[in-house]
Amino acid sequence: MPDLSINFAGIKSPNPFWLASAPPTNSGYQIMKAFDAGWGGAVWKTLGVPVVNVSSRYGGVNYRDKRLVGFNNIELISDRPLADNLREIEEVKKRFPNHAVIASLMVQSRQEWHDIVRQSQDAGADGFELNFGCPHGMCERGMGSAVGQEPKVLQMIVEWVMEVAQKPVIVKLTPNISDITEPARAARRAGADAISLINTIQSIVGVDLDNFAAYPIVDGKSTNGGYCGPAVKPIALNMVKNCAQHPDVRLPISGIGGIETWRDAVEHILLGASSVQVCTAAMHYGFGIIREMTSGLEQYMVDKGFNTIYDFVGKALPNVTHWEDLNMKYKVTANIHEEKCIGCQLCYTACEDGAHQAIRLNAGTRVPEIIEENCVGCNLCSLVCPVEQCITMDRTDPGTEHLTWKERVEAGTAPTEFNDEKAGGRHHWVPEPSAALGKERHKTLPGKARVLNGETEIPAEA
Amino acid sequence: MAEFSTPTTEHEFAENFAQLKPLMNNTEALYESSRCLFCFDAPCIKACPSGIDIPLFIRQINSGNTTGAARTIYDANYFGNACGKVCPTEVLCEGACVYNLQDMKPIEIGRLQSHATRSVIDANKHLYKAGAPNGRKVAIIGAGPAGISAACELRALGYVVDVFEAKSHPSGLTLYGVAPYKITNEETLAEMNYLQEQFGYSVFYNHPISSRQDLENLEKTYDAIFLGIGLGQTNALRLPGEERDNVVGAVEFIEQLRMRKQGTPVGRKVVVLGGGNTAMDAASESSRLGAEHVVLAYRRGKEEMGAYEFEYDLAKGVGVQGLFNVAPVEILGNGKVEGVRFVRTVTTGDKVSTVPGSEFVEPCDMVIKATGQAKQAGFLSMIPGLKLDDKGRIITNAETGQTTNPQYFASGDARNGGAEVVNAAAEAKATARAIHAFLSK
Ligand SMILES: Cc1cc2nc3c(=O)[nH]c(=O)nc-3n(C[C@H](O)[C@H](O)[C@H](O)COP(=O)(O)OP(=O)(O)OC[C@H]3O[C@@H](n4cnc5c(N)ncnc54)[C@H](O)[C@@H]3O)c2cc1C
Ligand SMILES: Cc1cc2nc3c(=O)[nH]c(=O)nc-3n(C[C@H](O)[C@H](O)[C@H](O)COP(=O)(O)O)c2cc1C
Ligand code: SF4
Ligand code: SF4
Ligand code: SF4
Repeated sequence: MPDLSINFAGIKSPNPFWLASAPPTNSGYQIMKAFDAGWGGAVWKTLGVPVVNVSSRYGGVNYRDKRLVGFNNIELISDRPLADNLREIEEVKKRFPNHAVIASLMVQSRQEWHDIVRQSQDAGADGFELNFGCPHGMCERGMGSAVGQEPKVLQMIVEWVMEVAQKPVIVKLTPNISDITEPARAARRAGADAISLINTIQSIVGVDLDNFAAYPIVDGKSTNGGYCGPAVKPIALNMVKNCAQHPDVRLPISGIGGIETWRDAVEHILLGASSVQVCTAAMHYGFGIIREMTSGLEQYMVDKGFNTIYDFVGKALPNVTHWEDLNMKYKVTANIHEEKCIGCQLCYTACEDGAHQAIRLNAGTRVPEIIEENCVGCNLCSLVCPVEQCITMDRTDPGTEHLTWKERVEAGTAPTEFNDEKAGGRHHWVPEPSAALGKERHKTLPGKARVLNGETEIPAEA
Repeated sequence: MAEFSTPTTEHEFAENFAQLKPLMNNTEALYESSRCLFCFDAPCIKACPSGIDIPLFIRQINSGNTTGAARTIYDANYFGNACGKVCPTEVLCEGACVYNLQDMKPIEIGRLQSHATRSVIDANKHLYKAGAPNGRKVAIIGAGPAGISAACELRALGYVVDVFEAKSHPSGLTLYGVAPYKITNEETLAEMNYLQEQFGYSVFYNHPISSRQDLENLEKTYDAIFLGIGLGQTNALRLPGEERDNVVGAVEFIEQLRMRKQGTPVGRKVVVLGGGNTAMDAASESSRLGAEHVVLAYRRGKEEMGAYEFEYDLAKGVGVQGLFNVAPVEILGNGKVEGVRFVRTVTTGDKVSTVPGSEFVEPCDMVIKATGQAKQAGFLSMIPGLKLDDKGRIITNAETGQTTNPQYFASGDARNGGAEVVNAAAEAKATARAIHAFLSK
């Protein structure tokens, strides 16, 4: 049996799955329930001077019939008195001494920071997470992302905290910034023990077309929210990777953003996270999802022969490089497995209109054909094909050559002028612009419907 | 054992004849429309005789533009709602859906279609209006799918349109012939009202055109005459005993069923003669009316039946028993029918021959003849110059629907020999445009 436990910057936890500081960690009741269900740790809903929230608070992004592929909120930090939260932290720690309970904090003055760190320490918290991330509401009051976006201020506040903290300090970063490693490096300089990322992304998830207001609506008005859920995972993964690779960060990373399944968690871990935090998925499906997450992670580790999480933390990092270091001699070509094809022709229209006109249709069959010499190996057709493994991207170069852009620049074989002979597209076949006119009009505007709608000329079927 | 008890109330009737394709609610429509792949040059469109842009209307439903979806449907087919419910989609659009090639359930195109059209019908949301008057008039004989579709299109083009209908309601066999578990009378007529309110053609009910004089009047008054008269009564079998009580034609039996519902008399043991879709319908319907035993007797083998496989499955599903390779010889009884004398047959190639000495009697108290509808040759012979082919179908120009008498145009069952509602609707729409082109010359 692989060992799922972690020691994250000194915070021990039976598994790497923590609930992120958010509504699921609002109370001792919820956190006990989560630990009972199998979660390894919880970052308490951010403590500070209690707030007053508005109604309504959340907005969602649906994709066709899939609910909440993205989620946003305009909620603030905890609205419960500090004493209530601290009492419950103590109760949870007593009942679950081996689980991680981390106090998320957000206050303003040095004195407040000192007070709240000391008090949560006394309540038994295993560590602190400094919330420099909220991109709505709190930032208007000079906290949250207003701090996360100012590395100097961030560094100063972390230094205040380090003056009194006796437990590990994690700095939670906001993604609403162009270079995530700047605040990460500031946290490191100030002596923080770890970072966690990402907090939510400033967003508007949608607009009410009838009432002309963005969601969520509060009495006819709205404000930007913070975006999270499955849709933000790619942004989170990139930022985790950036921090993990930067030589001046070198801090344990708690990965957050779009984690819903064991796969999402493993991706975060492979790019450098050594604990992961979950909010939206728990808000959507409840604490029960932890069963799938731990079992999937365990199975993955068994299949790969990993004994501990640390066997694969950051394992994908060496393979994420700069564009200029990629091998330009590598070539894949699309390959349609005819026996699997159902003839939807999505690959055809995608390549024809959105890529390189490298797929043709032939009379008498709905199975499209790849024109190998036109295929640039972009993957598009294989991404749109609805059938598993129907279009594969197969390697077609001999695999013997290796040449990067950097090497080409150094060798002087890179294009440098506007009309350079060395341009990549110089030798690709491109159809004459006018060949497009009228082509397939009868297919994009279906034939019979058009005739019946009054166009007298019956279009030729290809 | 009867599968169904005899319905005695409207409610029981509705239960026995529960809709095969019930209305989709918004959530189901969202989920189902989400499954559509939005194929390029989609095969489902090509399989639709009216060429509805199916992926477009499904995408419109999916993006919350249900009204736009209804317009896409009606732009191609004025019987959009009826077709969603009564089309044999298994052999048309849904049969062509690419999902079938992965052995997955095809998109429920028919139900999505009705979902969209019902949303505008139920809200009485108008999408069309008559075109600016062009000063010309067209008479339409028959208010079936063909006649009504032509009326809508001609009104949109600015014609004065008068429809003459022998019966008291519009929509032809959609109301009088299609099985009640496919569409209810209320739903059929709601679409007819919805169309008439928008296009404003006049329909003269209980107004058969039956004499040369009637036709002459029309010829004088109207610039063109559209024939949407469908087919006639059930063909006679020419069997001894055919005149006995309780020997009925399927078309007549079904018409009674649609009009009188639970008040339709049915035997306890019913023999249905025939192997086409109408035979399957009549058998299913007898069973749902509470007949204890329904036998479907066909001259040839099961595989040779003209009926769609899913229609036979439907009949089997309600307890109908198939009796194959038997030919009726005589209908027995004493005033009332008491049985059918059959002889067994063998099919060799195309030929059916009887097996001597193999006669037997199948006792029953009702016989339904589903042996095809006669053509309206008698009526059509009153139109000068109008020619029929050897199967009694009106000969027309394939593109324009113009008959051999240039003032007359035709579409629907009378022209194609008997197909589906969708064929009649599609043909008639195109023919209406051809009438316009002809009269605009
Ligand atoms: C039992 C049965 C079940 C069917 N089930 C289905 C089904 O499930 N799905 C499907 O798509 N199709 C079905 N069909 C076929 C479908 O109903 C027809 O193809 C379609 O109705 C043909 O339309 P039409 O307008 O050509 O003719 P009809 O629907 O027959 O309409 C003709 C109209 O003209 C009127 N008329 C005829 N002569 C005159 C006259 N001289 N003067 C005035 N009026 C006249 C008639 O009263 C009638 O109203 C079924 C047919 C039958 C018989
Ligand atoms: C393959 C690809 C190439 C792109 N190239 C450019 C580009 O050359 N210039 C540019 O301004 N944006 C480029 N973009 C960004 C898009 O214009 C757009 O801002 C982005 O994809 C977000 O829109 P979406 O969510 O609709 O995809 C590119 C996007 C894609 C997918
Ligand atoms: S990989 Fe790209 S270029 Fe090649 S066939 Fe597919 S879509 Fe076209
Ligand atoms: S996308 Fe896939 S299934 Fe569809 S036509 Fe292309 S290869 Fe066939
Ligand atoms: S064939 Fe099926 S999946 Fe493709 S567009 Fe038509 S309904 Fe949608």
